[in-house]
Amino acid sequence: MSKVIVVTSGKGGVGKTTTTAALGAALAQTGQMVAVVDFDVGLRNLDLILGAERRVVYDLINVVQGVAKLPQALIRDKRIDTLSLLPASQTRDKDALTDEGVGRVINELRERFDWVICDSPAGIERGATLAMRHADEAVIVANPEVSSVRDSDRIIGLLDSKTVMAEAGKHMPKHLLVSRFDAARAGRGEMLSIEDILEILSIPLLGIVPESEEVLRASNLGTPVTLANPATAPARAYFDAARRLNGETVPMVVPSEKKSLLDKIFGRRAA
Amino acid sequence: MTLFGFLRRRRSAPVARERLKILLEYERCLVSQVDLIAVLRQEIVAVVSRHVTIDPERVQVSVDRGREHSTLAVGIEIPNANGQKAA
Repeated sequence: MSKVIVVTSGKGGVGKTTTTAALGAALAQTGQMVAVVDFDVGLRNLDLILGAERRVVYDLINVVQGVAKLPQALIRDKRIDTLSLLPASQTRDKDALTDEGVGRVINELRERFDWVICDSPAGIERGATLAMRHADEAVIVANPEVSSVRDSDRIIGLLDSKTVMAEAGKHMPKHLLVSRFDAARAGRGEMLSIEDILEILSIPLLGIVPESEEVLRASNLGTPVTLANPATAPARAYFDAARRLNGETVPMVVPSEKKSLLDKIFGRRAA
Repeated sequence: MTLFGFLRRRRSAPVARERLKILLEYERCLVSQVDLIAVLRQEIVAVVSRHVTIDPERVQVSVDRGREHSTLAVGIEIPNANGQKAA
């Protein structure tokens, strides 16, 4: 039984692509077959975050239009052989994606993979609605910040009205992933707390990813954060979130960086 | 006094929370209302079109929300036969 997940947020820059790469890699690291699909036509970036930018030949639009077959367009990760990427087109018009064509490609992906994770573009336009349209479940990425929470609320409304599941009268399971969280600032009342966000959005919590330098480091290297350094706080948060997606019960904690005395004295990592 | 002022300035999260709660309560109603008007408009056009030829672009549906009751206003422009010839 394969599952199609959309990673969405409404607002840009909250960590959708980072999350898609990290969750995809974490699930693939357990030996399950995972495809990550970039829906951000014209502004593709998942290839870069996964370090596959020089291996893109065909893309989602080529497959939708029948120019390329799905296996030709899929890029298998060199480090995790159960992880594949279907890149977005960098050049073409987003109108080249049709609802029917996307549905066909998603169904073909379902046959080959245990997990299909769709990285939605920001906004609520065509690309975003197509990315969520055929999903079975949604991961909503939000930052503890007013505009991000407002946009998440809007996206929840769209998930409940514009998806194939919603139109069939079914309830789409939704999961909240709070990223760039700073427990110390939230504790001091300077940042929305997890409880505040949960109360406002009323969807279950999938994970809390702390604000961390490791996320930028991983993207610099073109390696999902769960693969770059599995012991870091964001990596542990994503591993836990992936286990919860898998149906496991994992206690909810905000992982923090364990700093050695030397790190504390010198104040920076020797990376 | 200075200490309390300092604390109040730092604790901005409760303000964010209250602003969001009020805003989203309003916006959630707004979105569902827009949907309702769109559905009403579509169905009204379908029913009227069965009997009279109309331009779907020239149909206005609006809701005026009052405290006691709300008013649903529907304006449909029906072209005259000679008007159509001139156009």
